[in-house]
Amino acid sequence: MKEFLIGRLNLEALPHEWFTIGGTAAFFAMALLAVTVITRMKRWKWLWNEWFTSVDPKKIGIMYFLVSGFMLLRGGLDALMMWLQQSLSSGSSHGYLSANHYQQIFTAHGNIMVFFVAMGFVFGLINYIVPLQIGARDLASPFLNTLGFWLFVAGVIMINTFFVFGGQYAATGWLAVAPLSGTQFSPGVGVDYWIWSLQISGIGTTLGAINFIMTILKMRAPGMSLRKMPLFTWGSLCSMVMAVTVFPLLTMTLFLMFFDRYFGAHFFTTTLGGNAMMYTNLIWMWGHPEVYILMLPSFGVFSEIVSTFSRKATASYWTNVGGMTGVSAFALSVWLHHFFTMGSSADVNAFFGLMTMIIAIPTSVLFFNWIATMYKGKIKFDTPMLWFLGFVALFAVGGMAGVMMAVPPIDFQLHNSLFLVAHFHTMVVGGVLFGIFAGLSYWFPKIAGFRLNERIGKYAFWCWTVGFIMAFTPLYILGFMGATRRLDHYDASTGFRPFFIMALLGGIVIMAGVLLQIVQIIASVMQRRRLADPTGDPWGGRTLEWAVPSTPPSYNFTIIPEVTSRDAFLEMKKQGLPTKKVFEDIHMPRNTSSGIYISGFAYLLGFGFVWHIVWLIILGVLGILTCLIKRTFNEDTEFTITAAEVEDMEEKRIKKAHASRAGKDLGTDEDMGLKEFIIIVIKWALDIVKNKRWKKW
Amino acid sequence: MVEHSELIHEEAATERAMFGFWVYLMTDLLMFAVLFAVYAVLHDNTLNGPTGKDLFSLPLALSETLILLTSSFTSGIGIVAAREGNKKQVFTWFGLTFLLGLAFLGLELKEFTEFIHAGHTISSNAFFSSFFALVGTHGLHIISGLLWMGITLYYVSKRGLTKSMVRKLTLLSLFWHFLDIVWIFIFTIVYLRAFV
Amino acid sequence: MAKPKHKLGMGKTVGLILAGLVCFVLVNAALLHGTNLALFSPQGYIAGEEHRLMLYTVFILLDIGIPTLILFYFVAWKYRETNKKAEHTPNESSGKSLVFLTWAIPFAIMGLLAAVMWPATHRLAPRQALISDVKPMTIEVIAMRWKWLFIYPEQNIAAVNFVQIPTDTPVQFVLTADETPMSSFWIPKLGGQLYAMTGHQNLLNLMATSPGDYPGRTAEINGSGFAGMTFTARASTTDDFNSWVQDTRLASDVLDSSTYNKLLKPSENMPSTVYARTDPNLYNNLLVKYSGTHGGHAETATE
Repeated sequence: MKEFLIGRLNLEALPHEWFTIGGTAAFFAMALLAVTVITRMKRWKWLWNEWFTSVDPKKIGIMYFLVSGFMLLRGGLDALMMWLQQSLSSGSSHGYLSANHYQQIFTAHGNIMVFFVAMGFVFGLINYIVPLQIGARDLASPFLNTLGFWLFVAGVIMINTFFVFGGQYAATGWLAVAPLSGTQFSPGVGVDYWIWSLQISGIGTTLGAINFIMTILKMRAPGMSLRKMPLFTWGSLCSMVMAVTVFPLLTMTLFLMFFDRYFGAHFFTTTLGGNAMMYTNLIWMWGHPEVYILMLPSFGVFSEIVSTFSRKATASYWTNVGGMTGVSAFALSVWLHHFFTMGSSADVNAFFGLMTMIIAIPTSVLFFNWIATMYKGKIKFDTPMLWFLGFVALFAVGGMAGVMMAVPPIDFQLHNSLFLVAHFHTMVVGGVLFGIFAGLSYWFPKIAGFRLNERIGKYAFWCWTVGFIMAFTPLYILGFMGATRRLDHYDASTGFRPFFIMALLGGIVIMAGVLLQIVQIIASVMQRRRLADPTGDPWGGRTLEWAVPSTPPSYNFTIIPEVTSRDAFLEMKKQGLPTKKVFEDIHMPRNTSSGIYISGFAYLLGFGFVWHIVWLIILGVLGILTCLIKRTFNEDTEFTITAAEVEDMEEKRIKKAHASRAGKDLGTDEDMGLKEFIIIVIKWALDIVKNKRWKKW
Repeated sequence: MVEHSELIHEEAATERAMFGFWVYLMTDLLMFAVLFAVYAVLHDNTLNGPTGKDLFSLPLALSETLILLTSSFTSGIGIVAAREGNKKQVFTWFGLTFLLGLAFLGLELKEFTEFIHAGHTISSNAFFSSFFALVGTHGLHIISGLLWMGITLYYVSKRGLTKSMVRKLTLLSLFWHFLDIVWIFIFTIVYLRAFV
Repeated sequence: MAKPKHKLGMGKTVGLILAGLVCFVLVNAALLHGTNLALFSPQGYIAGEEHRLMLYTVFILLDIGIPTLILFYFVAWKYRETNKKAEHTPNESSGKSLVFLTWAIPFAIMGLLAAVMWPATHRLAPRQALISDVKPMTIEVIAMRWKWLFIYPEQNIAAVNFVQIPTDTPVQFVLTADETPMSSFWIPKLGGQLYAMTGHQNLLNLMATSPGDYPGRTAEINGSGFAGMTFTARASTTDDFNSWVQDTRLASDVLDSSTYNKLLKPSENMPSTVYARTDPNLYNNLLVKYSGTHGGHAETATE
């Protein structure tokens, strides 16, 4: 009976390690705070109707940003904990974490950063920007989009569940390679949490990717042929095509691992005929393209930014597109370079080394094309451009390190070393994350209706860049010293310690950068009137997203534009923007709660599988099926806004925008600096204390 | 005028749904590709236990194949009927498809239970793991196809052959053909090859 | 528009960046002083070749990387908005020759690298036997949780977490594992790593060129004892090696199946031990244990 009710879940599994207790306490404190605030402000209904059940890709995009932002903090904290351990744990000192805790932390760090930070931000950007860029009012399947997002959230919750319900996280490294991740060597529930967190969010990714392929290929504004499509949309398309190609591989691989662990199958075991090397192959067939899935939208962002801030058309549009499509074409033919050291023959290794060098060609081509775009441009150095300049330096270094490791004999020495860790962090932070930050600061005015504070933004950029160099140069050096990754302890005679301390300091500087980014957003809100973007076109934009007001109405475009040239909006500006407004009836999708319910049941299903709770598994399956059937046969999923209503809404929107710009900003007449911000915050705090304002709450 | 735009809107939605469903089928095909690859790697790892040749019954597999092929054909006729708006024929042909699907499933379950009774389960060895995973995943697809078929027919009986229902039936039969093609591969790679 | 006070000029910014970089390089150089970059001080033939290859590759890459970066930042600086003298052609797209160059340069560099990489990969393949006048020697290596067991089949001795080899003698390490996740056998100063996996024999050929103690470890995570799974590889002259073998034969412990089964039990940070005799069937028993895993026989080096 007990087995049936709670499976393998028991009191012992509840958090009793200090770091899980800490996590649990923090989790409950935050949840309690959030619930109190929302209840006090009577915002539950609003949250549900306007946000949670929304199918508006712009709102879903913002929710992706928020979730990923939180996860960035969580993953960043993990990184600091790791470096702290490595700085302490040398010789006779063993630091403050046990080997097992340490291994759980770096596994969680990797999973969170790749799946829930980078992926989330990328999907957020694509959600918000792609429909605007292609002149669409919504997505091909708004339901799939909300479902994809909520499955992503279910994955986020799953990966953090062990803080609350106990157990542990996987201690296997982010890809949980077999046979280490099999029940023989990892008997606990850690790997099961890993499987279901990735499985649920991965299925969400596949659905989202199918949706965006449909949207980009079938819903572009009239006149926008593929040869006139903006570069960010191209990057997103390439990325999404790769996602639908490789995420099914991940899904199936995870299922096979699940069969091994739950039903005792022998796919990747050491005994009874299992083949662990097959797991390594399968997981990297997904894993390597995954990096490009993250990278390509980022390349797209940079292509847009270079062109806009150089005030010049992309030097060679087809080279740019060719670079991006070239990368995705070869992405599935390089996976074996992740394990040259497994003992393949020289021919096989050399072949994959060659393919890796081939895939470096389209990537380098993008670089040269960006230089050609800047050439004879008129370059403004606003923060988005600054992120780009930082990206180029880091990405060049990281890329060269990558090509080095494409030479198998060199890889024999560098594989699994901290050099490798430094390499891929340079690519993922310098390439993906900087791209995301560039994109966020570029499109922030569109999203929020006001620009970001440039001054603090630049501080944040410098903290990130300087911190990054401080943190990862030592890792390159450590690699040359023969330091492997994932060490929770090392001998004092190795001489690693000063470099780990340096890395920790660098990590702290990066964290300062993250804090400054938060400060930047708060400071920008304080000065939102002055920073307001009444035109919808703060940078002198070239593509359609700048043709709509900031922030765009739910239907994006009152009239779907006719596209005649590549830089559609630039052309419209040249032709003269239409002065007379015309309105038409607009079909819009209705909000739906199906996505959130299905994801809820998917979570229960996953939780049931983690702890072997049969009734929960059955409940999950039935729940998902019922919701899916209800949704599929619901014919009332759309509504029409009549032309008159649209006109009315437009008027209201303009009035509201005017009203929001009335009133006075905090601070002086320029972007406030850090000092001014701190003074304002202190004054505000003093004011609260002096006038006992908390009583009002 | 309004009706015309309504019509275009509806047609565009159908076109998108068809396209999206094709993309989905491709992702599903890739999942099967993994299973095929895994089977190819592991099918010899029988650890001196019985091999496919010792266990498989070719007549059984062949009848499964014929049943599924026929059901693919009947679902095709069902779609023609749906396009013509002939509700009665839709029920006849899809009903037949449903029964054939059930028969296929029955045969597959018979095979599985025989294996399991003989002590060969997914955890016996790598060969059985890969066999059960591949054929079982196909079987799960058949089950979900039957479920989907039953529910769609129920709604057709309630709502008639509306545009959206015809669209759903079309996607369903696409799915059914897809499962047929996957089965042809399973038949060839798993069953036929064991005897070559 | 008056320039806001807080804005640094372009020149000052560039100066600050350069100064910062110089400081950073100096700090790192100071930290490096007295420490040892294992990969840059190879003590084995293979490590030496890999080091040389690394330098070649870096040289080729920097050859194109540095000029490109300089060009990049120069263009960014030259065509800055405030430079009124610079040309601005908003609609000009690259001419044919520029597009050609954009593609040709990466092609050329990667072609060059591939030409270096292909033969080197074959020459330095781990299973490739080293050519030498000295008779090669075989050492069987078994990865266990969390220790390395070395068996000398010719000398009939064994050691845990310690391996001694004669210099200038090709040594073939036959790697496998027992009841242990994939581990990676790595002695940075002697040469690159290779995986040790259950049911497989991977061949790693190395040759030490000068005597000394070189740290080795697993480079692939394999559970909670991962960090402590280290060993010392001692390279010595042939004479020293032979006398070590003689000494070892007098050791008190022997490696029979009961000792072996004790070793199989997971343990961490095990001190190095030597064994006077080994059961000659141990290694074969291990192959039998995992046989049938792959169609009835243990594979030698995966294809």
